[in-house]
Amino acid sequence: MIEVKNVSGGYHNAEILKDISFQVEKGELFGVIGPNGSGKTTLLKTVSRILDVKQGEITIKERPISDYTAKEFAQLVAVLPQNTAQTFSYTVKETVSLGRYAHQRGLFQTMSEKDEAMIQGVMKQTGVEGYQDVPIDSLSGGERQRVFLAQALAQDPEVLLLDEPTNHLDIAYQKELLDVLKIWTKEKDLTVISIFHDLNLAGLYCDRLLLLQDGKKEICDQANEVLKRERIQTVYGAEIEAHPHPKVAKTQMMLVPRFFGRQRNNIITKDLLKITEEKITLQTEAPLRTMSSGVTGAGVGWHNTFVNRHVDRNYHCTDHKNEMKNYLIDHGFHPNDTVGMMTAVRLSDVAHQFREGEGFSALIVVTAATGNAVDASMGQERTIPYKPGTINIWVLINGQLSEEAFIQSMMTATEAKTAAVKELGILDIETNTQATGTSTDSILIGASQQGKMLTYGGTATPLGQLVGKGVYQCMKKALENYFNWRNN
Amino acid sequence: MQKPSIRMFSKSNKVFPYIFLAVLAIFTVLLGTSIGTVYVPFSTIIHIITANIIPSVPADAIDSMYENIVWNIRLPRVLLSGLVGASLAISGAAFQGLLRNPLADPYTLGVSSGASVGAVITIFFGLTLPLLGPFTLPVFSILASFITIFIVLYFAQRIDRAMRVETIILTGVIFSSFLGALISLMIALTGDELRQIIGWLLGSVSMRGWDHIKIIIPFFLVGSILLTLHAKELNAMSFGEEQAKHLGVNVERKKMSILIAGSILTGAAVAVSGTIGFVGLVIPHFVRILWGPNHVHLLPLSAIAGGSFLILADLVSRMIIAPSELPIGVITALIGAPVFAVILIQRRKKLGGEKGS
Repeated sequence: MIEVKNVSGGYHNAEILKDISFQVEKGELFGVIGPNGSGKTTLLKTVSRILDVKQGEITIKERPISDYTAKEFAQLVAVLPQNTAQTFSYTVKETVSLGRYAHQRGLFQTMSEKDEAMIQGVMKQTGVEGYQDVPIDSLSGGERQRVFLAQALAQDPEVLLLDEPTNHLDIAYQKELLDVLKIWTKEKDLTVISIFHDLNLAGLYCDRLLLLQDGKKEICDQANEVLKRERIQTVYGAEIEAHPHPKVAKTQMMLVPRFFGRQRNNIITKDLLKITEEKITLQTEAPLRTMSSGVTGAGVGWHNTFVNRHVDRNYHCTDHKNEMKNYLIDHGFHPNDTVGMMTAVRLSDVAHQFREGEGFSALIVVTAATGNAVDASMGQERTIPYKPGTINIWVLINGQLSEEAFIQSMMTATEAKTAAVKELGILDIETNTQATGTSTDSILIGASQQGKMLTYGGTATPLGQLVGKGVYQCMKKALENYFNWRNN
Repeated sequence: MQKPSIRMFSKSNKVFPYIFLAVLAIFTVLLGTSIGTVYVPFSTIIHIITANIIPSVPADAIDSMYENIVWNIRLPRVLLSGLVGASLAISGAAFQGLLRNPLADPYTLGVSSGASVGAVITIFFGLTLPLLGPFTLPVFSILASFITIFIVLYFAQRIDRAMRVETIILTGVIFSSFLGALISLMIALTGDELRQIIGWLLGSVSMRGWDHIKIIIPFFLVGSILLTLHAKELNAMSFGEEQAKHLGVNVERKKMSILIAGSILTGAAVAVSGTIGFVGLVIPHFVRILWGPNHVHLLPLSAIAGGSFLILADLVSRMIIAPSELPIGVITALIGAPVFAVILIQRRKKLGGEKGS
């Protein structure tokens, strides 16, 4: 549809674009990104014929853009600029009607019925038909943006060029506008080229992205390929972390603020652990990045309070999550900041260890009992409703963990747990085979994300060794305590 | 900002403003012709006009003094002020739309001064081009106003690429002063033509006969028809030249046509009546408040309203210190300058937090 071949250009006294080439297919939503001053707007103005192409060629539908007359070009390409001058207060309808200019013929250029129908149609699509007789300067920024979008659509274009269309819009309007554009590209084969300031919006909605730097093409590819952490970090010169979107298979970029406060490598200490008959708690000064199963705060997040609560072995509640939440509130904890677990185990049987590695350290806390021991390999069908967890493992690390280190630490801790259970000869009562754990175990891996960078947590790594050994020893200690108590 | 309620009420009927202004125009023509040292009743005026236009209407019953006053003195003067007012108002409306600047008018842009220089040069050197004859003066005025608007816009753009309202006005003021100095210089160097130049400069429609109407009419028709044909383009361009381009307007060509048409109207008006300020500013402003900024209606309505306004202003200038006369430019400036100030204040308020553009 649109082909830009080795284009250089800019303003008459400054060449901004340098040798840019890319193609946009029909029905594509194509994003242009880049730091301030990288030439995004200049590129859009060159494609829309406001600025001249100095070298190279731009063709739309295999015809050089300079070959089109002004009206022909406006029938093909519409533009939604960032700002539009509003000196006089035209009504919404008068403003939208101007979009039909390119389609009108004759000396007096009167509006045909087709024009009128088109105008009403686009006003409906953009949701501005309700105030067609209202002067545009009495509208809000978002409404005005939609009026000019309606004007562009009234041109009935095949290509729509947008310069930061989500500027000045709140997030609901941003989503609404981009959703609509996406639908039009799919249903009406409209080709859209849009400049984005917001990399995450660009990544979410665009099929492909063009990344500009200093007027040159850095890369033009699939959104996920363009939005790579290292690339964005280099081009924009800002510290960034990439993260997958929770619902869509797209990458999102997260800014990392410069100031973190004091860097500390001893956020987690043994002294923070408070053990009573009723609950084991640990509160840290700064929140820990956590990956956990449990009753509250499960999944991935940041938490500064960790609670392992004793409940009766016959504890039964239909809404245990809510009950736990209320429990936390009653005891002065914030459920949002808390990873909460439950156990029927006697809390005085807890085993814990503070282990130090080279440049990092970990506090391991285990409560264990084997009343409902299970052999995971048997895949036996069981009909147990929620029962308070039996083996609860906390591994809290002073150090920076990568995502894979979190997962590997979890694997290592689980393997160590299983080894301890097997060594003590615990059987799955239903299958009468060696148990691997219990049916309601929970685990928490937490890390301060300060201090030493720990990229891997596999069993052969220093972190893995520390976690494996620590969990194994605590498991054995906790189970011994449990057996001692049961046997007495 | 304009109050939507006022617009709503009058929007429902697009014919009303035309009828209203047409009636007003006819009334002012009659009033302007009727009042003076000798009062002439409306009925007599209508009789004289019809008798002069339609040969079959008998002219016997008309007093020859009335006939002389109405047909040879007052009516041409009134019609000339009407045509000058219409020319200035419609070109003002067009300049404002083109430059997205509610303060632009031939006077504030310096175009009137340019036209004056053209006219003064013609008188000073006693120029009469063989082919043009009596049209030499207006043609030189038009050429001079055209050159002036280009120089003003070129300088404004050099100063400030965004061509802010204030920049253009300031450039216009500077050029007006400079051109005014040129005129003074020529007057100082003049001997015999001095009185002619001074009299012309004062800006007046007195002692102008049918000859002057014949001079201005062709330019008025060409200019105003050309502008009216560009109403849609003016609408598009009031959203900015880039936006107009996006909408499919051939901006360079249309802009040139509009500037030429505006210069023709201004130049011709100045040639017959001297510099009369603020008509092109005040009239479009009020028409816009009452009936909206759409140039399809704004241009013709401004022309009719501008004609009526200048006829009334001329009447006042004759009446106020009768039997002597004030220059008509004094009256328009007395009304126009405060309106200019009000628009400026409104704009400042409106821009408030926004970027000034």
